[in-house]
This record gives sequence, structure tokens and C-alpha cells, in this order.
Amino acid sequence: MLKRSLAVALPAVLLLATGCANQSVGDSPAPSGAGAVAYPTKTLQIMAPAGAGGGWDTTARSMQKVLQDAGLLNGQSAEVRNVTGAAGTIGLAELVTSHQKDPHQLMVTGLVMVGGVVTNKSPVDLSKTTPIATLTAESEVIVVRSDSKYTTLKQLVDDVKANPTAVKWGGGSAGGTDQILVGLLAKTAGADAKTVAKQYVAYSGGGETKAALLSGDVSVAVSGTSEFADLVQSGKLRALAVSSPKGEDAGAGTPAPSIKESGYDLDLLNWRGVVAPPGLSAGDRAAVLKLVDDLHKSAQWKQELTAKKWQDFYKTGDEAAAFYQAESTRIKTVLTEIGLG
Amino acid sequence: MDLLSGFETVLSPQNLLYAAIGVTIGTLVGVLPGIGPALTIALLLPVALRLDDPTGTLIMFAGIYAGAMYGGSTTSILLNTPGESASVATSIEGYQMARRGRARSALATAAIGSFVAGTVSTVLLAFVAAPMASLAVTFRASDYFALAVLAMVTVTAMVGASLVRGLMSLTFGLFLGLIGIDSLTGQARFTFGVPELLDGVDIVTIIVGLFAIGETLYLASRLKTLPETVAPLEPAGKGFAWLSREDWSRSWRPWLRGTALGFPFGALPSGGAEIPTFMSYTLEKRRSKRPEEWGNGAIEGVAGPEAANNASFSGVLVPLLTLGIPTSATAAVMLAAFGYFDLSPGPQLFEKSPTLVWGLIASLFIGNVMLLALNLPMIRIWVKVLQIPRPLLYTGILVFATLGVYAVSGSVVDVLIAFAIGVVAVFMRHFEFPIAPVILGVILGPMMEIQFRRTLLLSDNDLTVFVRRPLTLVLLLLAVAALGLPHLPRLVARVRGRGDARRLAFGDED
Repeated sequence: MLKRSLAVALPAVLLLATGCANQSVGDSPAPSGAGAVAYPTKTLQIMAPAGAGGGWDTTARSMQKVLQDAGLLNGQSAEVRNVTGAAGTIGLAELVTSHQKDPHQLMVTGLVMVGGVVTNKSPVDLSKTTPIATLTAESEVIVVRSDSKYTTLKQLVDDVKANPTAVKWGGGSAGGTDQILVGLLAKTAGADAKTVAKQYVAYSGGGETKAALLSGDVSVAVSGTSEFADLVQSGKLRALAVSSPKGEDAGAGTPAPSIKESGYDLDLLNWRGVVAPPGLSAGDRAAVLKLVDDLHKSAQWKQELTAKKWQDFYKTGDEAAAFYQAESTRIKTVLTEIGLG
Repeated sequence: MDLLSGFETVLSPQNLLYAAIGVTIGTLVGVLPGIGPALTIALLLPVALRLDDPTGTLIMFAGIYAGAMYGGSTTSILLNTPGESASVATSIEGYQMARRGRARSALATAAIGSFVAGTVSTVLLAFVAAPMASLAVTFRASDYFALAVLAMVTVTAMVGASLVRGLMSLTFGLFLGLIGIDSLTGQARFTFGVPELLDGVDIVTIIVGLFAIGETLYLASRLKTLPETVAPLEPAGKGFAWLSREDWSRSWRPWLRGTALGFPFGALPSGGAEIPTFMSYTLEKRRSKRPEEWGNGAIEGVAGPEAANNASFSGVLVPLLTLGIPTSATAAVMLAAFGYFDLSPGPQLFEKSPTLVWGLIASLFIGNVMLLALNLPMIRIWVKVLQIPRPLLYTGILVFATLGVYAVSGSVVDVLIAFAIGVVAVFMRHFEFPIAPVILGVILGPMMEIQFRRTLLLSDNDLTVFVRRPLTLVLLLLAVAALGLPHLPRLVARVRGRGDARRLAFGDED
């Protein structure tokens, strides 16, 4: 409660203090008329289980903006609050234990949390929540420096199969999406996944990974496609493959092939979605599903997707629940196999 | 030329207003313990989205960062409660100056030093950003390890009067730095099953606990034996801007040396603002002709670290703007702000958005002038803080410190940790353990460990990598030299059979 009011009040106070009072954070009630179901009936809380500025935070704030701008909130408002820590599992634990049956508490989630549950040995996982929907996805990209001898993913994988320690990989935190992709790729290609995953050096975020690739510490780096787009575009890096099912532009102007198109039956998307606390009544669940469905249908959401370069990745209700379940199983298996589970 | 067009952008009334708002907010949050520029910018991100003015917003954010760097020195000097790690070095001599009635001079040398460092380093940013960035990304893990070793052995002057106590403080810091998930293997260390500890203890939590909370509780425990207000205040002396002729002549070299340390460290992808402040402190102490003043308020010990601290910010912008690599928490949040506006910092940014980049750089010059104009007159008001009765003042500090810690994490656990560290700090003060080495341990320990292990992982456990790479070898040899040189005369004397020759005096203790 204190955190929430502080997060809203501090910028407002600071701006007030400097004579710019009219720029306070958007809490103005949206016009009513969201539909027949009276929901939400109070302020909708959207939890971003990570710090400000990251993917989950951006997703939560985009949702907040669209819900308000499209007038979907039944005259109520939406607030975003950040609960940081441990790949989102701290936020997950709070959602599951403190907000049972409350349809006004939503949380953004994603693939990173699925991995975090496994690596952090979190006592609660996504199956304890009420799955609502998946919303967006971003592909991963495998890049090398432009002076690298590798021009295709196959050359790289052939080298790795012949000698699993030949290639040093760089990417984000241990057990995160980037390392999961390395593990899955080695496993799919029939290389020694456990040894290959041990050649993975974890960096704190895309910036450090970039520096490590440019300095020559690592010879291959894995990260979100948008992270490296500028360096690929400037010709400093070369994209070998993207992790989406179909090839896409990774910055070079022409589509980079997908891992699948390169001959390895694998796709992995860094997806993000929404869950609600456990124990929602059937009526409450339907109301939340409808709200997120309206959000997804709105023109403003389509604009957000374009602006943020997110793929539309919408699965809802039971389909979302099944997807969460399938991803949890797949990720848990690969993380256990590479020794991080 | 580009920079001139940048000034054209900034000198619009609207952007000047953004810059003014930025430096004012920055100064305010810098003064409050715990609430730093990274948190402030993060909180302001949603506001920025609504403004929909990338140039203005980034100018404001840069102002916040620069302002906070300066504002952080104020409470460090006056109350020994630095709000972030980059101000810790300033607090050591700065607080001693304030206790001896020289608060005005300390604040003035910090303000003018910040201005000098900010201006010089912004000139460097404008003219050598591209080559500097290419150079910075040649640093490999082994080089970072060697650099951390060098930093560790050169900053021993911060260890203080008793080597044993200093090393114990350092060890405590190393331990705090170990808490959390090991980033290379994903294993939890010293977390005792508390999920909030998995990400480690935030440096802000540690600093607020050690300084703001520790100092408050310590003073509360001795309140009856202390005078009612914090420090006497000498009447404002003669001299320009509160600095006497002697202060000026003692300050200007440390300002420039601090700038020379701060800018390149800021530009290193794993550098940061803390190490150059510690190194500047040590450098000034070793060069000082008045070793007896250190520990009792030597103005060089404020001038140098404060300049290093502010110069590092322009350095931080080098890899951020040219390669999209953030090297500090604040830079990471600024990178998120770029993302909000669909701008991706990198090699293309200077070509694609020259107005924004050069406007931002020009705004740093303007911001520095504004900061000086804002802060020199404010000294008059800030020193009044010292006249507030102690109980009221420190109650306020405790409230803001607690709020600050809670705001960073949103977790009560972190508040409890901060208070636990605060209680440890009370005993450290009581038994005269130095506080600053704890921070050294927290910052340098993890850096040394992770870079060492990364190096070995990358070289397949081949230790010769540390001597095969020239840059690594040079840095390590420098570290050996820094360790050995003070003892050299004595060793030479011993070899020659005269055991009584004294070693070079490197400080007043070791």
C-alpha cells in the first residue's frame, strides 16, 4: 500500500514542487460504458513482478494505458505496481498467497518466470494461479561479430556437435530465456546439451552481453532480437538465426532465417501474458477474460504492439492454461537436463 | 557544427525548463538518503510517456542524474549520511570538515568541483565519445579482474587507522556482496531460504543501513553527551564563493585529477562511479603534503572524489549513446526511457537522432551551469540544517531512509535488513571500525569474483590467461607495484643489512 501510493505520489509531488502540477500520473477516471458486466468495480491493480523499465513493467504499463484510453475500466482506474525480485517469483508468491479470489489483482507473467520458478526452486508456480491470457511475444536472436567465421547457424552447430566446448556463449542471467535457448538448441541438434550449457557465460542484461561479444570474450551471443538490432544494422554484428517459427528481420533489413528453417525443429518465444489470483469464481474469471479480450481487440492495443515491436501472441482461457502447462513442462525438462533445475 | 545545433535545441524555453526541473528534482532526491536517480527516473518513466517529447524528457533525466550526483554530496558532508555509493568517499573528509565548522567550504568545493568535472567531462564526451567507446569495449573479463585487483590494493588508504579493524570491515562487505544467486551457476548463496535475498542485498539498502540508520542510532545512544545541534559553524570567511585563496589552490588539482579518473571509469562497460571516487580519495591522500589533516577534514578529500563522481556521469553516457550499453543503474533506466520512445541507442543513434543526442550533450553544459547557480546560493540554506536540534533532524533522516529503502524494493524484508545492518553499524562505530571499507567489499568483491570466474570459464580454466594478455598483465603488475612500493625502501635496507630504515610514508597507518 505504501509502495503503491509512493509510486504514484512521488513523481506528482516532485513535479508539484517544481511548478508543473498538471503533469501528474494518469489516474483520471476513464469514461464508463465498458459493457454489461460490472467489472472492474474498484481500482484494477496490475502487478509487474520486476523493476521499472523492463519487459514486464512495459507490458503492464501498456495494458494500463490501453485499458484507460479505450475506456474499458467501467469508470474505474488501473494502477501498475512493481514487486521486484527473483525472476518474478516473489511477485508470484504474493499473488498466490495474499490476493486469493480477488479479481482486481492481475499480474504480468512470462517465460522468464517459468524458468525462474525452476531455477529458484520456488514453492509456488504458475499452476497455482488462474491463467487469463498470453498477450505478446518477442523472438530471440543468435548473433556473432561480423568478422566471425560463422555465416550460418548450421556451421556453428556443427562445430558445437564436434566439440561442445569450442564455442563460448554469452547471454542474460543463468537459467533465463537465453540460456534455455542454448540448451534447447544443443538438445535438438543432438549435441551434448549439458556440456554446451556449461560454456554459457551469464551477464547482467543485454548491455554487458554486447560488450562481451564486442570485446571477444564470447564468440556467440543470445538475446532478444530488438536488443541487438541496432548493432546488426550498423554491420558490427551478424544475425545467424531467430527463434521464432518463421524468419524475421533482425536488423539487417532482410529476414534472418529461423532456427527451424536452419534445420533444427525448435522455436522459442519470449512470451508475456496475464494471470489472476487463485480461487476466482466462475463469474469473476469470465469478467477478467472479457476485459483482457476487449483489451486485445482494441485499436489502441494494436498501436502498442506496433510501437513496442511485439508480436501479437494471443491465447486466452483454457488455451492459455494449456500453453502455460506445456511451456512449464518443456522448460523444466531442459533446465533439469542442463543441470539448473 | 553538431554541438552548436545541440545548444540551439536546448536553448528553447521548453527544454531549458526541462533541464531546470531535472536538476532541481535531482538535487532533491540526491539529498534524500535511499531515493537515488535510478529510482526517480524509473518512477517518472510513465510521466515521460505522457509528455511524448523524447528530447525534453531525456534532457530532464540527464539533469536528474547530474543533480543527484551533486545533491548526494550535501548530506554526506553535513550529516555523514551518503545516499548512494558514489558519495561514500566524499563523506569521509567532508563530514570531518563540517564537524570542524567548515561545512561551507566543503559544500563549495563539492559544488565547484562538480561543475568543473561536469564541464570538462562533457567536452570529452562531445569530442571523443566514438573512439572512447571502441576502446572501452576492448576490455575483457581478465582485464576487469586485474582492474578490480588494482583498485582493491590502491584504495587501502580507506581502511583507516587500524589495519585489523579495516580488514574486518572489508570482510563484512565481501560477505554482504556474496549474498544472493550466483550469477554464473544460478545457485543461491547465504539466502537462508528467504526468497527476497535471492537477488542479493541492494547497495542502497546497505548504504542507508550503514550510514543513515547506523549514524542515527549511534547518535541516539549518546544523545545526552552531545551538544544540542550537529556542528558549530564558523562565520563565513573571506574569499570567493566560500572558498579562501588557500582552499582554491588546494582544490583545483584534485578537481582535475578526479575528472581524469571519473570519466574513463564511467565509460567502461563494467566500471561505474564508485571505484574512481575511492581511487581519487586515495590518490589525494597519498599526494597530500599535509597527511596530519586527513581524517580531520582535508579539503582535497572532498574535491577529488566529488569531481570523480560527476565526471563519471559523462563517461557513463559514452557507451550508452554509442553502443546502447548501460554501465550504471541509472543508465539502465535511461535506456528503458529510450525504448519507450522507440529509440534504440547504438551506432545509429548519432545519425538517426542527431537533434536528440547533441541536445542531450548540450543540456549537460546548461545543466552544470544551472546546478552551480542553484547550489552555491543554496549552501547558505543547507548549512542551516546543522542548526536543527539533533532529535528532530535525525528523526527526519530515519523516516526518509526507511521510505527510501522501501521505495526501491517494495519489500519490508529489505527495510528489516537495512535496520539490521544499521545495528551492526552502531557497534562498528562504537568499537571504531571504519565504515567505508564495507562499501569497498560490497562493490569490488563481487566484481573481482565474477570477472575471475568468467575469465576461467572462457579460457577453459587456463590460469595463464592472466599473464598472456598484455593489458591484464600490465594492470596486475601495477597492482603488485602498488602493494610493494611502500615497503621497498625497507626491503632494500634489509637486504643491505640495515634494518632500521623507514619505508615510504603512504598514509598515517599501515
